[in-house]
Amino acid sequence: MIELRDVCKYYQVGDDRVRALDHANLHIYPHEFVSIIGPSGSGKSTLMNIIGCLDTADAGIYLLDKTPIDAYSERELAKVRNRKIGFVFQNFNLIQKLSAEENVELPLIYQHVRRSERQRRVKEALMQVGLEKRAKHLPTELSGGQQQRVAIARALVTRPSLILADEPTGNLDSKTSREIMNMLHELHEQGNTIVLITHDDGIAHEAPRRIHILDGKVTEE
Amino acid sequence: MQAFIMALRSIGANKMRSALTMLGIIIGVMALVVLVSLVNGATDSVTNAVSDLGSSMVTVNIMDNKGKPVTLEDLSLWKKENPSLGKIAAYASDQQVARLDENYGSATVYGTTPDFDEVQGLKIARGRFISVPDVQNHSFVCVINEAMAKDLIGYTDCIGHEVLIGGSYYTVIGVLEAEEDSLTALFTAGQMVCYIPYTSLIRLSGVISSEITTFYVGETEGFTLEMSENTISDILLSRFQEDEDAFRTSSQNILEEAMGQITSVLSVLLGGIAAISLIVGGIGIMNIMMVTVTERTREIGIRKAIGASRGTILFQFLMEAVVLCMLGCALGIFFSWGILRLATSIVSSTGLVFKMNPGVVVTSVIFCFLIGVIFGLSPANKAAKMKPIDALHYGG
Repeated sequence: MIELRDVCKYYQVGDDRVRALDHANLHIYPHEFVSIIGPSGSGKSTLMNIIGCLDTADAGIYLLDKTPIDAYSERELAKVRNRKIGFVFQNFNLIQKLSAEENVELPLIYQHVRRSERQRRVKEALMQVGLEKRAKHLPTELSGGQQQRVAIARALVTRPSLILADEPTGNLDSKTSREIMNMLHELHEQGNTIVLITHDDGIAHEAPRRIHILDGKVTEE
Repeated sequence: MQAFIMALRSIGANKMRSALTMLGIIIGVMALVVLVSLVNGATDSVTNAVSDLGSSMVTVNIMDNKGKPVTLEDLSLWKKENPSLGKIAAYASDQQVARLDENYGSATVYGTTPDFDEVQGLKIARGRFISVPDVQNHSFVCVINEAMAKDLIGYTDCIGHEVLIGGSYYTVIGVLEAEEDSLTALFTAGQMVCYIPYTSLIRLSGVISSEITTFYVGETEGFTLEMSENTISDILLSRFQEDEDAFRTSSQNILEEAMGQITSVLSVLLGGIAAISLIVGGIGIMNIMMVTVTERTREIGIRKAIGASRGTILFQFLMEAVVLCMLGCALGIFFSWGILRLATSIVSSTGLVFKMNPGVVVTSVIFCFLIGVIFGLSPANKAAKMKPIDALHYGG
């Protein structure tokens, strides 16, 4: 499903060349629930950007669904993000001007899905996260937990191969964190592949498989 | 369609800013439409005035008569022989002192022949115009304009009155209608003008001889002005040994053409100035779109992360700029319509009508669209070029 072979990523900070990822090797299989743990500055954001096709590696091979990603143009990367990956971010990243259902609808618009089909799938996704009653609300009218659920619905609506959650509970209190984690477990049970990135050991331990990252090096627990 | 709705929403989200940005386009469109329409309205009125100046006629000037001067007898002969020269009138003018008792003043004296009033479109209020016997007998008769009647005699009902012109007494046989709304009236307002038989003017003035140097050919029923002009040209060419430089004919239409040229240059000029203000409006749009793109960096990042391609983002922001421009354009045209209505009602007494020129409306719509595209392209491209990670992390 996901395969990283000797992936490297460098950043130039002043005169220093920082290795954000140093020959990272990783294999994630379909229907897995994997957490990636590391303190801030360990390179986990870089790893997530590469897995999420938001950035490309400087060296090494990244295979997503057996297709090498480095050969893709920007346009094709956008298409991969649109169809294969569902993002859940720490700060939700909803578009403030759009209502919950419009936020969920957006990736389908970019896929040129027909209007009636879009409406059906948006309704379905919102129902899955239990927010069908809040469909018309703007993000500012929703609580943090509800906003994150809208974000999860937006990730689900395209039926992606992979759900990539970057510190999904980072901005939430423990009770709502629990709700979101339960939701992720539920999604995993439904057969979704989930990659959870966190610095919180407690959260990380909920995943059956854990991967550590430190100073750009990836190790399995 | 989706992009259009999105554009409308984001314009609506910042109503004040959008309105101020559009103001530049609105004013530009208004300037363009109103100025060009005003010029066109004025042109119509001036062209009408030029046509009123004399009903269609050909002016013939003889520069070199080659020893065969044209005389009054020639003119009446040509008239008899050529049906297309149904109206032909000799013309000469001189400046003379006109006097009656204590009243006197300088008057423009025209020496002419009977057809002149019809050729020139003169309207007689009282009495009659000069007749054939008047010319044959060198009669001391005159047709005067209203200004001369009032200044010299004191009233216009003065047929039979005698006035002194250049030392001889002339009997008033006709008074012209006061002209108010023609171009001629504008130039000759308050001036004394009188018409006497051509033969009488030869006697009165030292400089006018029986050799006619200027005469008019009027439009004759059943013939076009061009046909009359050709006829007289042929006659004169054979008379003056095929020398085209010996005389010159000019028809009223040429004057109208020249007027048309002047006004079209004027409307291009004013349109150009208005177009500059439209471009300035376009720069305003570009400026605001740049700010918008920076402000919405995060939104762009989110859109890109969930799968919007460069082209999609480019199109979205381009659409916003174009919609902004077109809205401004529509409002500008609407306001112009109002202004033109207002202008027409203000000057309604002069009979001037300012109509919106459809050509300039189409031009301004196309122009606004192009401005939207041209000035929207650079901000939209800036948005499209953003890398999703950079945009996502912008401002936290």
